[in-house]
Amino acid sequence: MITRRVFVKNGGFALVSLGFAPSFLTRTAFAQGRSTRAKRLVAIFQRGAVDGLNMIVPFAENEYYRARPSIAIPKPGAGENAAVDLNGFFGLNPRLQPLKAFWDARQLAIVHACGSPDSTRSHFDAQDYMESATPGVKSTDDGWLNRYLQARRSGDAAKAATPFRAVALTQQLPRALQGRASALAINQLGQFGIRAGQSSEAIGASFEEQFAAAADQVLNATGREAFGAMRMLKGVDPSQYQPANGADYPRTPFGQALQQIAQLAKADVGLEIAFADLGGWDTHVNQGGAQGQLANRLDDFARGIAALATDLGDGLEDTVILTMSEFGRAVNENGNRGTDHGHGNAMIAIGGGVRGGHVYGKWPGLAVEQRYERRDLAVTTDFRDVFGEIVVRHLGVADAKPIFPGYSISPSKFPGLFA
Amino acid sequence: MKWRFLTTALATGLAIIATSVGQLTSSPAAADFPNDSKTIAHVLNRIGFGPRPGEVEKVRAMGLQAYIEQQLHPERMADSAMDARLAGLTTVGLSSREIAEQFEQPLMEAQRQRQQQQGSNAPPPQPQMPDPVMQRANTVLIELGEQKMLRAVYSERQLQEVLADFWFNHFNVDARKGRVRFMLTEYEREAIRPHVLGTFRDLLEATAKSPAMLFYLDNWLSADPNAARRDEPRPLFRRDRFGRSVMVPGLPRTIPQQGPNQPRGLNENYARELMELHTLGVDGGYTQKDVTEVARVFTGWTIQQPRQGGSSMFDPRIHDPREKVVLGHKIKAGGGEGDGEQVLDILAKHPSTARFIAMKLARRFVSDTPPASLVDRAAKRFRETDGDLREVTRTILTSPEFLSPDAYRAKVKTPLEFVVSAVRVTGTGVPIARALVGAMQQLGMPLYQCQPPTGYKDTADGWVNTGALVGRMNFAVQLAGNGLGRGPGGGRRGLGGPQGIGGGQGFGGGRGRQSQTIGDQTPVTSEAVSQAINTILAGDVSETTRATIAKATTAPQMTALLLGSPEFQRR
Repeated sequence: MITRRVFVKNGGFALVSLGFAPSFLTRTAFAQGRSTRAKRLVAIFQRGAVDGLNMIVPFAENEYYRARPSIAIPKPGAGENAAVDLNGFFGLNPRLQPLKAFWDARQLAIVHACGSPDSTRSHFDAQDYMESATPGVKSTDDGWLNRYLQARRSGDAAKAATPFRAVALTQQLPRALQGRASALAINQLGQFGIRAGQSSEAIGASFEEQFAAAADQVLNATGREAFGAMRMLKGVDPSQYQPANGADYPRTPFGQALQQIAQLAKADVGLEIAFADLGGWDTHVNQGGAQGQLANRLDDFARGIAALATDLGDGLEDTVILTMSEFGRAVNENGNRGTDHGHGNAMIAIGGGVRGGHVYGKWPGLAVEQRYERRDLAVTTDFRDVFGEIVVRHLGVADAKPIFPGYSISPSKFPGLFA
Repeated sequence: MKWRFLTTALATGLAIIATSVGQLTSSPAAADFPNDSKTIAHVLNRIGFGPRPGEVEKVRAMGLQAYIEQQLHPERMADSAMDARLAGLTTVGLSSREIAEQFEQPLMEAQRQRQQQQGSNAPPPQPQMPDPVMQRANTVLIELGEQKMLRAVYSERQLQEVLADFWFNHFNVDARKGRVRFMLTEYEREAIRPHVLGTFRDLLEATAKSPAMLFYLDNWLSADPNAARRDEPRPLFRRDRFGRSVMVPGLPRTIPQQGPNQPRGLNENYARELMELHTLGVDGGYTQKDVTEVARVFTGWTIQQPRQGGSSMFDPRIHDPREKVVLGHKIKAGGGEGDGEQVLDILAKHPSTARFIAMKLARRFVSDTPPASLVDRAAKRFRETDGDLREVTRTILTSPEFLSPDAYRAKVKTPLEFVVSAVRVTGTGVPIARALVGAMQQLGMPLYQCQPPTGYKDTADGWVNTGALVGRMNFAVQLAGNGLGRGPGGGRRGLGGPQGIGGGQGFGGGRGRQSQTIGDQTPVTSEAVSQAINTILAGDVSETTRATIAKATTAPQMTALLLGSPEFQRR
């Protein structure tokens, strides 16, 4: 059965645009939460398996340089193409420089050697497992972020009252957000509406009437949500949006997706979960080092995230930006100056509440006998412990069990991203 | 090589007797066949992708029961116009090998060359202009999608098309996983389509042996971990059933290798999905031990020359020859390929399979929560007939439950059902089938690209969400305003084009008026309103919907409002 949703009780909507904070909605959506401001998660998926070892570089490991004669990132101090030192052991790929300020401000943390207990090296399966958060189990119906929405809804009815609770700035609703709870996939905020030329208003009004009168409760409720969302998005023109604090988003699809997330977040429409993704990480051939294929992707990635975090300003206090990728890449470079599919990887968490300036997780080492199947970075932190910690300590879910079926979520396993 | 046992033969014989008895008892009396428009439209919405203009009357004339029977025998129906419509799609008849040669290999070669040029000192790669080789490779999948949409819209064999969609989805593979997209055309044409009204066992085997499924669920890489030790010397020998050593003909020199994915051991992916999704169902009574045993059984079911399109083969060198026990059945050591055949037999005959398939079919045709009585009867029919899918389908389509008021508009249309039924009911021509393929993408159901092996959902919760509803309303507006592309309005793209105004064909009162736009002020008569409501929704709409239609100022607006209405989202 579909759980019925209520969209701002009685459907009373004034015309609002995202340029303003619709205060009545804020009141409704957060009426019960006087004491706590809404927490927010921005999940960013690097599809195609980013090379975590060249993203967050273990430059103190001699084995790293032995394994990667042509693509290793030089140790810090060796010029502009060298790693940016974080803690004397790990460094950022120089193209992640825009993120360094957040590390210095102790708002950015890294979990390294993180990943799935499942051994698959299939992009397809591993993405599925990461988004369902049920490694090895393919029949899981819904994604972990949707299960979060479900878990929160039952305990906190008011939170369900906005169609913008969970928004993916993607063409399709990602697996992570699929499931019973309502989640929007909107590629372009400005295009979410009835598009019928000059008769858009009239047609839209007629559709709204039809759905409002429908005895069919599932369609009735969803119709109300849709028209509510449309009203709120009316007149939104992303090209007119002015980022705050001098934030400079790259003019790329990823950059634009993040900018729209900021726009929604600032509009106070009840956004809790936002999702964006970017591809191009499957660097089997000529991966490059501080320049080249991977570096170019990291540039887009880092400039986009830095712009989002800057743009959110104070809003970053209530936000966590979390990056993830389905698995890492082999320690040794291959015969084509690239890297093949591997295992453990690095995740980046940025946010006001994050205990930043630290690399979390037990480092397993890169020597052959320390590697997973003698070839890949071993996994010492299950990715579900990172998700779990965010769900429990940031988003404030008391019982995370239903969100991670088949896994025991325990604070003792949390990497420690939050106090 | 099929393994059949005496017991199997005996059971088959009994089933044949049961079949003939069953036919006597399950004939027409099982359901009354009314002939009112609502019921006929209901049946057309379930058996097929909804009525075309005039079709309700046609079915009324021939009788509902005769229509259902006709649909159960597509092989007896002429459908020659369909072939003509598909004639332009040159890849849909190609084998995987031909597709690999003509499309996949050039693409791989181009990618290899490009990557070699991208040295680490090269300037950042510019976004490529549309790459002709890539575009050509994409043609295969697009044409397959066009074929699917054209058949759904135009084929007289509507039930066959519904079932082809249903069974493809049941045995889902995803075009985005590696080279599956070059194997799909053959997969749908040869593993799925011929069997949708045949026996389940044949369908199961056809999928089990298809390169697409072997690749998608990784079975081609699954190997006995001990196989490496047996992998020498070459040429290859194996023991025949008399224990003599014989050379194995026709094997490639190397076992399938693909960098990090080279077979190093058992892969349980197919074994698990075979039981969970294809046959028994998740609660069908198997254990993890069964999964591992079934995975051992299917070691060696692999793909020969996957990079050349691939054909399925049994490779004894990576097969685990030892004894296995599956669901309590002992599979003797040394059975080779026959191990897998035996397991397919066991699974196809298992009562859990009968129930699981009956449930899924009833859910497709009747409601998201079909009556247990119907599922029981369909499952019984499955067992009685040894999985004769025509009989199981007939049991459902001639049941009182299928025609009961409870089933009426009980299903929310999937995007496929919504798009095709809208095109059919408006009699819209489809000059550019690609527009429909694009619409499926926009509505969140990209054809042949469902990632999980579970396939697309067949229940409302998968398809009712805000974004999806807005997408449907816009599709309705575009279809009503523009038709589907190059219409008399002068080559404007319809769906996928900019805004929903153009010179397409409207509907009802505005039929044939070429200059019509959805925004113009042509008055709409009350006759046109009634006619539109009767044709599109069999006259059955809420008062509010009727009132909004009456307020429409143009025929396309009227059509758009009906296609986007809550009523039209259901079937």
